[in-house]
Amino acid sequence: MKAVISVVGRDAIGIIAKISAECAACSVNILDISQSVLHDYFTMIMITDIGAISIPFTEFVDRMAKLGSENGLEIHAMHEDIFNSMHRI
Amino acid sequence: MLSTDDILETISMIREECLDIRTITMGISLFGCCRGDEAHLADRIYDRVTTRARDLVKTGDEIEKLYGIPIVNKRVSVTPVALVADGASPDTFVAVARALDRAARELGINFIGGYSALVQKGFTDGGRTLIGTIPEALSVTERVCSSVNVASTKAGINMDAVAELGETILKTAYLTRDAGSIGCAKLVVFANAPEDNPFMAGAFHGIGEPETVINVGVSGPGVVASAVRRAGECSFAELAELIKKTAFKITRMGQLVAREASLRLGVPFGIVDLSLAPTPAVGDSVAYILEAMGLEQCGCAGTTAALALLNDAVKKGGVMASSRVGGLSGAFIPVSEDAGMIAAARSGTLSLEKLEAMTAVCSVGLDMIAIPGDTPAAVISGIIADEISIGVANTKTTAVRLIPAYGCKVGDTVDFGGLLGEAPVMAVRGGSPARFIARGGSIPAPVHSLKN
Repeated sequence: MKAVISVVGRDAIGIIAKISAECAACSVNILDISQSVLHDYFTMIMITDIGAISIPFTEFVDRMAKLGSENGLEIHAMHEDIFNSMHRI
Repeated sequence: MLSTDDILETISMIREECLDIRTITMGISLFGCCRGDEAHLADRIYDRVTTRARDLVKTGDEIEKLYGIPIVNKRVSVTPVALVADGASPDTFVAVARALDRAARELGINFIGGYSALVQKGFTDGGRTLIGTIPEALSVTERVCSSVNVASTKAGINMDAVAELGETILKTAYLTRDAGSIGCAKLVVFANAPEDNPFMAGAFHGIGEPETVINVGVSGPGVVASAVRRAGECSFAELAELIKKTAFKITRMGQLVAREASLRLGVPFGIVDLSLAPTPAVGDSVAYILEAMGLEQCGCAGTTAALALLNDAVKKGGVMASSRVGGLSGAFIPVSEDAGMIAAARSGTLSLEKLEAMTAVCSVGLDMIAIPGDTPAAVISGIIADEISIGVANTKTTAVRLIPAYGCKVGDTVDFGGLLGEAPVMAVRGGSPARFIARGGSIPAPVHSLKN
């Protein structure tokens, strides 16, 4: 089972490190990362495997959101079903 | 594999274009509450509703977190109370309304629909009693919504009900005059009412429905408007195709959420209503879609055609996206709940007559329209009769939700607050249909209702 984590915010040192640390702490495996810095803005999309996640996914969503607000970022974790259902016949 | 573009598109739809699940509505049958004494009917209804919908809000919140898509409202609809409380006194009917209101508060939901009657062929005792209690019921409750089905293509139009409802609406406006006549914002008069509509104020749990059901209403006028704007100067065929594909994506959200809610609550999945329902929020307007399609302002020439294209494309895309589509499923044009409609009404481009024409090609009817508080009952009944006739003749749902705002005249604005928005008072053409409305009885069903 996969989840998509989207990150938007001002670029700063250590963003990827902080997010991957949080993922590791919850046993979420990062499969793919796509990121860019446009002007001062940092955007990143991570595809993660939540098959072995150690906490309820809804709690992971909250933790990510909290991490975001603590670091001036918007972090949203979303279950892959929402993307699959929208973009596949 | 998920492509980055697809992911960004979905995220943008939710974060920037106001894509949301407008409502998860649990439909609950109250027929089981008929067994027992009248004195405890309201209690039985309260118990049933609060028991069955106990986890509705919690489940909605969980699904919201799971998928990251806002689920704006959780609601309940019940079996038309006129059927359930038939034979009871008017006081008991009002007690039932109060019980539904209390249940809604207990559950943490903002509306509960079903204080309703189905009188398309004539009145039952329950239907007659319920209609008589509507003004009081809507003035002593906050969250209860009421509806009356006065016509169907098969049955014709119950003009006695139409005549009475003109008076009922005025009385409701008067009794709630201190709150902008808000009672009228919770009362819908229908032709061909759907039995599985998840949207308020017209939601009720139809008599052919199972014990309990989950129906979902999606919404995404902002998403469609953005897609249309991005498309630029394309042909009609390309425009229709684009709207269709966008409607597919929007409806798939509803399907996903409906399935998950059904699973978690242990309640059968009913339908997805794929309607485009606006809110007063910026960017969430159906009128702006029509303007993005090339109209200078909603209500000008070309509006009906544009809306017909939109409504049809939404249905075509949505139907492919869901295993079961129902409810109203089309474009909504509620004036007070759409920033673009409000602007068009204020500027005089959008008139009541144009709205009536538009209802012939979309799904809702004359919705959330404020008219002068001194509009005579017969004229209100005439407006209802007109709108209902469109539905009956075209085998479609039409409805009327008019607010004759007490003490207000053309040019005033009535503010209901929240999702109900604010409405500029619109002009009603002069001339009285009083002699016509007073004839009594029913207008017969049209010949094309004989389909066997």
